[in-house]
Parts: sequence; C-alpha cells; structure tokens
Amino acid sequence: MAEVRAQLRAYRAVLASRARSQASYRASFRMDLVGALAIGVIEFTEVWVLYTATDQIGGFTLTQVLLVFGLADVAFCLADLVAGHCDRLPVYVRAGTLDVFFLRPQPVLAQLVTSDLSLRRLARSLVGVAALTVGLVLNDIEWGVGAVGLLVLSLVCGFVIFTAQFVTAAGLQFFLINGAEMTNAFVYGGRYAATQPATVWPRALLVVFGTVFPVAFAAFLPVSTLLGVPGVSGLPTWLGWCAPVAALWAVVVAGLCWRRGLRHYRGAGG
Amino acid sequence: MNDARSSNENVIVAEGLTRVFTGRPQRGSRLRRTRHVAVDHLDLTVRAGESVGYIGANRAGKSTTIKMLVGILVPTDGRVTTAGLHPLRQRRALARRVGVVFGQRSQLWWDLPVRESFTILAAIHGLSAAQERERTAELVEMLEMGEYLATPVRQLSLGQRMRAEVAAALLHRPELLILDEPTIGLDVLSKQRLREFLVAQRREHGTTLLLTTHDMGDVERLCDRILVVDHGRLAFDGTLDGLARTVGARRELVVDLAVETPDLLDVAGTEHVRSESGGLRQRLAFDPQRTTAARVLAAVSERVEVLDLSIEEPDIEDVVREIYRATR
Repeated sequence: MAEVRAQLRAYRAVLASRARSQASYRASFRMDLVGALAIGVIEFTEVWVLYTATDQIGGFTLTQVLLVFGLADVAFCLADLVAGHCDRLPVYVRAGTLDVFFLRPQPVLAQLVTSDLSLRRLARSLVGVAALTVGLVLNDIEWGVGAVGLLVLSLVCGFVIFTAQFVTAAGLQFFLINGAEMTNAFVYGGRYAATQPATVWPRALLVVFGTVFPVAFAAFLPVSTLLGVPGVSGLPTWLGWCAPVAALWAVVVAGLCWRRGLRHYRGAGG
Repeated sequence: MNDARSSNENVIVAEGLTRVFTGRPQRGSRLRRTRHVAVDHLDLTVRAGESVGYIGANRAGKSTTIKMLVGILVPTDGRVTTAGLHPLRQRRALARRVGVVFGQRSQLWWDLPVRESFTILAAIHGLSAAQERERTAELVEMLEMGEYLATPVRQLSLGQRMRAEVAAALLHRPELLILDEPTIGLDVLSKQRLREFLVAQRREHGTTLLLTTHDMGDVERLCDRILVVDHGRLAFDGTLDGLARTVGARRELVVDLAVETPDLLDVAGTEHVRSESGGLRQRLAFDPQRTTAARVLAAVSERVEVLDLSIEEPDIEDVVREIYRATR
C-alpha cells in the first residue's frame, strides 16, 4: 500500500508540474483553449451539415446521432487528455529522452502517459458534453437503472478503448519510424468513425472498427441498444452491452503492441 | 579506499557481454542487413568504491555498454549484473540504486525551475520531504547552484545545466554513478568544479564512479582505474600509471632554440620526435617515469641556448590509438 502511495506521489508530482507550466503561460493557454474548442465545433458541424441534406443517415435522426456523437466525443476527448501525447513517442526516441524513462523506478508506459496533461483538450470536450446533454433531453429514453448503466458503461468503455488506441499507436511507432500518418489513420479515423452511425459504413470498415479497433462499441452500439434502433442488420440489439468485452480486447491489443514495441526498442528482437 | 562501502563487493559484473546491431538495408536494395558488433564478449568487474574511466574511440561501444548496464538495451549475448541486480528483470529496483548522467540528454524539465525538477525527482524516487530538503541543500551547496535554483532549465548555461544534471542523478544517493561524457563542451572552470565535486562526493559517500570521456584531464583527476575499449573489446584494464607504461604515455618537450641546430638525437632519456624551421624548434619525447622535464631541459641547454619551451601532455585520442596499435 505504501508502495502504491509512493508511486502515485511520483505521477502526481509530474502531472502537477505540467498543469502549472501551462498555467504560467496564460495567454498561450487561453489561445489553446479557444483553438481546441473551435476544433470541436468544426467536428460537430461536419455531422450537422450532413443532416441539412437528409433527415436520416443509416436509420439515425439528427437527435439520435447527437447521442452517438456526444458519447464518442466525450470519451475520445478524455482519452486524448490522458494519453493523446503518446504520439510524441517518436520525438522522445529521436531525442533520446525515452532512455531517461528507463532510469526511473516507474514503468516506462506509465511515465509516458503521465509525462503530459494537455488541459486545453478539456475545452474540446465541451462540444461533446453539450451534444450529449441535448441528445439525452431530446431523445425518448426509457429512464431507469438499465439506461443509466448503459450510458455510464458506454462512456467508460469508450474512454478505455480510445486510450488503448493511443497506446497501440505508440507501440507501433517503435517499428514505424515516421509512421505517425499510418497510426493516425486508425486513431483519429477511429474517432471520426465512432461519432457516426456504423450502419453507413462499408462492410470492410465495419470489420475494422467493429472488431480490430472496436470503436463501434464506444458509442454507436450502446446507443442502438439504448434507443432500440435497429443497428447493423444481422446483429443482435443487445450487442451494446458487450462494450466491456471490446474494451478488454482493445487493452489486450494495446498491451501486446506496447510490449512488443518496447522489446524492439531495447533490441530484444520481436 | 577507507569507506565502509568499499569492501570487495562487486558493483558491476559483466561476463561475455555482447551486443550486435543489425541495420536495415536501404529500401529496394538487395543488400543484406548490415551487422555491427558494438560490444564484443566484454568481461568486466567493478568493485564498490572504485572510480573507473571507460575510454575508447567513437563507436567503440562505450554508450552501448552503459545502456546494457542500466537495462535500456538487452544484451545479444552474455550476462551482466549491476548493484547485484539483473538490469532487465529488476530495472526499477536498479533505478533506485544507480544514477546516470548522459551528457547529451537531459533528465530535467526544460520549462521548470531547477528546484522544481529536484522536487519531482524526489517524488519519483520516493524521498521524504526531510530527505529531499537535506539532500538538495547539500547538493546545492557543493555544486554551487544556489544562484540559479529558481531559473528555468532552458535558460541555464551548459556548465550550470551539467551541474544540475549531476545533482539530479545523485539526489537519491545512488551507490553507483555512471557519467557518459560529463564534461563535454564545458569550459575549463566548469570542468574543474565538476571534477572537484565528484572527488568529494566519492570521498564522503564512497560512491562508485564509472565515466566515459574524451578528456584526459577527467581520467587523470578522477579515475584510479582505466578501461580502454576497442571495437567492443577490452584493450586495456589497469591504472593510469600502467597505461602510461604500456603506451609509454610520453610527454613532449618542445624547445625553441636560439640557432638552427642539428637534430638532438642523443639527449639522455629522450627520443627525438621531429625538428621544425631547420632545427629552430625541436620536439623531444620523454617518459616522466624515467627522467624529468628539468633534466631534459638542462641537457639541451648545455648544448644550445633555449629561448622558449612548452610541455605537451598526451591526448586521450593518442593514448587510445597507441593502445589499439599495441594490442592489435
């Protein structure tokens, strides 16, 4: 227990210093906040524009999609806040700062994750929170323990899934020097896909984002279950409850990628 | 060594330590993977309290060895134990007992004041508030960091930053301090300060030192044992005197003479290296073990008037090159 407390103190010290350093450049931090908020607004506008042309996309109305967008976006923004800076790994590798992590008595991944905390990303999540709130009010939801449970489950699992994607990407970066383009495709592409009804995806995408990078479980499938909207044809409506399985799978994949990546970096083969 | 720690306990034991790097061939090329043996069956033992200089040419395998000692790199073959621990399996336990300074990479937070970096590192190493205060105060005083404790790291001069780096590596009182090129780029005064501190640190805490350097001054003033590595193999292991004896680490007396003089080939205890300007300037190499600069000068002065003189110490690159020549 004392050991755990000591470890927590170490991470807290680093994170607190990151927060302080952002607070010490106030003007720059404010601009970051505005920028992050603008990105969130633009991302929502993309969805909204589509619905000006049609009432339904993939069986979802705009009100219903607000829930999908809100849940996915909030989960992604929180994951981005916690682990988004993992994509700086190649910079750390090139500058040799990753080696410094090996000289400290904490796991390397834990140090990478706690090496930063970009508070500006909180601003971006405001858009998702707004969309989610409006979605919860406007939709006809049968409120009860089940509905609340499903929403919380969706949010938590979405957060875990997206965080795992960032770690997976970082693990792959050890092999793909300058491969950020490739990993961004599924990290940010996955976020984009998660905010939309999966029913419109072509089958190949469905397989990728439903199984390999299971972002469909972050919002779309739980919302389908919650609203009773038929999801992808041929799939059971209770699939939304399987989000924890998807989250677990994402964590396993992330763990394997990270371990293999680290082994590769240390030159143990693999 | 008179410190309690400096028993016969071994701090570093490496047996047949080997590291091979395989490079990827150029894309589209049909060449085979390139293979570079950075460390080649290295056997090495460092006892507690020793101060060891680890020298060699660039790419001789120095940094690779250090990375294997602290668990950053996995050996391709062989075994290594550092502070009695397995660097890979027990990396985190080892991190609490070893301090490392990489001259080229910082472990401080560039955007924070120096003092805050120390506070974070104290938390990372689980020091209590009292331990942190005491240790920081000690290091600040010994390394004369008081005036820039509140300055952000990015605004420090190289000399100031290096002292802060050394302090950061010693905050948790490691029993082994590894320094990779600690004095590179430092001015004479900064070098001198850092060396004095390291000597004192060792005297007071019995800290074992392992340092790589290109600076003969570091080796002469800090190390009581020298390892020369060549292509990943140990080419020399012994004292500075032993090194001097092996390569005949000779000094050169350079004399400017009043008149053009034929080569001074037979001055006792010296060897004529070369003459310049028709014999106005001559270089005589001598072994300080066998004669002295004064005696050589006297012998030369008997024959011809000496206008000026200088004594040149061997360069570490020359010493290493001599060792390589002698052992190949």
